[in-house]
Amino acid sequence: MHDDAMDSAPTGVPNSVRHHETVVDSPMEHDITDGGPDMVQFVDGEGNRLPTSAANEAYAQIVEDMTSEDARSMYRDLVLVRRVDAEGHALQRQGELGLWPSLLGQEAAQVGAGRAMRAQDYAFPGYREHGVAWCRGVPPENLLGMFRGVNHGGWDSNEHNFHLYTIVIGNQMLHATGYAMGIQRDGDVGTGDDARDAAVMAFTGDGGTAQGDFNEALVFAGVANAPLVFFVQNNQWAISEPNYKQFRIPPYQRARGFGFPGVRVDGNDVLAVYAVTKAALDAARAGQGPTLIEAFTYRMGAHTTSDDPTKYRIATEVDIWREKDPIKRMRGFMTTKGHADEAFFDAVDAEADELAARIRVACQQMPDPAKPHMFDDIYVDEHPVVEQEKADFIAYHSSFADAEGAR
Amino acid sequence: MTDTTPNRQKLSLAKGLNAGLRKAMEDDPKVVLMGEDVGKLGGVFRITEGLQKDFGEDRVIDTPLAESGIVGTAIGLALRGYRPVVEIQFDGFIYPAFDQIISQVAKMHARSLGHLRMPLVIRVPYGGGIGAVEHHSESNEAYFAHTAGLRTVTCADPADAYWMIQQAIASDDPVMFYEPKRRYHERAEVEIDEAAGAPLGLHTARVARAGSDLTLVTYGPMVKTCLDAAAAASAEGKSLEVIDLRSLSPLDTPTIMESARKTGRVVVVHEASTFLGMGAEIAAQVQRDCFYSLEAPVLRVGGYNIPYPPSRYEEDFLPDLDRILDSVDQALAF
Repeated sequence: MHDDAMDSAPTGVPNSVRHHETVVDSPMEHDITDGGPDMVQFVDGEGNRLPTSAANEAYAQIVEDMTSEDARSMYRDLVLVRRVDAEGHALQRQGELGLWPSLLGQEAAQVGAGRAMRAQDYAFPGYREHGVAWCRGVPPENLLGMFRGVNHGGWDSNEHNFHLYTIVIGNQMLHATGYAMGIQRDGDVGTGDDARDAAVMAFTGDGGTAQGDFNEALVFAGVANAPLVFFVQNNQWAISEPNYKQFRIPPYQRARGFGFPGVRVDGNDVLAVYAVTKAALDAARAGQGPTLIEAFTYRMGAHTTSDDPTKYRIATEVDIWREKDPIKRMRGFMTTKGHADEAFFDAVDAEADELAARIRVACQQMPDPAKPHMFDDIYVDEHPVVEQEKADFIAYHSSFADAEGAR
Repeated sequence: MTDTTPNRQKLSLAKGLNAGLRKAMEDDPKVVLMGEDVGKLGGVFRITEGLQKDFGEDRVIDTPLAESGIVGTAIGLALRGYRPVVEIQFDGFIYPAFDQIISQVAKMHARSLGHLRMPLVIRVPYGGGIGAVEHHSESNEAYFAHTAGLRTVTCADPADAYWMIQQAIASDDPVMFYEPKRRYHERAEVEIDEAAGAPLGLHTARVARAGSDLTLVTYGPMVKTCLDAAAAASAEGKSLEVIDLRSLSPLDTPTIMESARKTGRVVVVHEASTFLGMGAEIAAQVQRDCFYSLEAPVLRVGGYNIPYPPSRYEEDFLPDLDRILDSVDQALAF
């Protein structure tokens, strides 16, 4: 890491947040606030553009090619996605949703990755990828259904090339790999046609890297040379378990063992995430196989609204990461570079308020599904058992209606 | 293989599966086979023999040795529009893939509100009687029959092997396809009249032998054993009807009930442990629907409630003619 980046690293970090001190014979230092010298980064904590370094030079041109309009559009996404998340959280607290997994702090990782995708690419999310969903055009109110309990996914995956949320950690990494193998068999890779060549992105968190499915996906993708980008959002915590209980080497270093490159990127630097992801997707579409990207970031809130992070992590750590806030950083960069003025930032904030109001109304007005529908879409072909149960269910409930009518 | 007429072939169950897979691959370029050793080797039971040579490595995919990976990537291929046919090498090796099957394969259509389909077939050679080491002789069909969203079927003879595998592949639902491995090499004449199509629906039970005194309800490897038992009973003047379920989920309940009402006595036979096995479900349904027709309680003959034992025990563990006929006598004594 070059000197400028060192300037942006936190100083005076208390030893108590350097978790490696609690590990015996650890081969790595688990400083969860510093991504280390391999981390690709373009903008420091104050929004200053960092000079070319060994880590970021391969991606510098991608950032150079971005326009002021690109920057404004990305900033808008960051702010709107944060507002979607805040509204989801509020709706849970007010009893409208049963659960909400917040992405607070991970906006840049998700927007940077999501915007690097092309329309024909396909994303396989976990359940916290509200920012990727936004970039794929999934209406944010459609994310609420499963958390309200009216469905298990309120969008058509193939309309947005954004698969349903996957709750079982790691399952989707294999689905993404298989889908990428399908792209290969369709011949939609390495043709040189930008509108045809496609790739897949598979999203998980640092906790997901421990799962067998994650590792099997890396094996299959490597062997198949599949057009695939594994995107690990290392937000430092797997519910209450810190990274040093998840792995002994950082996820990006693991890719090498599976036969393809791994890159660590500053997950709070949207320009860096965009550039690294774009390069990885371009390589995948060109037939150069998979890449594993580790976005080094932080989950500012709870794992979900069901847990209490004050029980397992210290406030100092959160404070350090608050200084690395992705929106503050992007705004500083844009102001310094003259990409936008106050009027633009105010307009985005106003748009966020309108979006939040829309989501709120959509959530409150979301109807409960008609009860017999729970028997629908279990099978495509005829299934007499389910059909009989549905008929019995309707008859049973109709009997109450008849009794009411007779009274 | 001996051709008798253009539409009849004498095939083993294994060759029936091979021919059925070949036909499905010829009919639909989206059908792909995947599994460990399915390529050059043709699978450990040679079910996919010659298919990679004829259809290429992109359609007969030799996978890494990782069952969750095999099923999980098959899901992705299905989402991309392919129709994967997965081979699990042995029954006892399916457990690493259990999560993907239960959590994802079974639920994908429902959780997507019908937008997504899982036209996926998971082939499982199952059952004992071949003198194998542990994890190679299990009958775990009940786990999957218990899971909504899956269809669970099993063939018992070469004709069903040929037709059912094609029907399973053609289904837009995920199908667990259980193959009775100890019957792989048994041969029979198979009608292959493509114009007429499959003689029976994928989810239809078959009366394998008509009888009037008692019904043996069975499936898979036990169909032959039950037919042998019925033949032996016939010599003693007892008329046993044998029902080959073919589909374990959904069950063809009307066929079972019709037979139960006719004979008034039912014995369910399977290799799996009796506790919470398919026999428990069938016994419960028969007593519910045919209570006033029954002359005896529904009895079950199955594996004992122990892990599948070392092969030197399997002659005693697996239902055989004597145990089946003993239960028949018990039912007839009521």
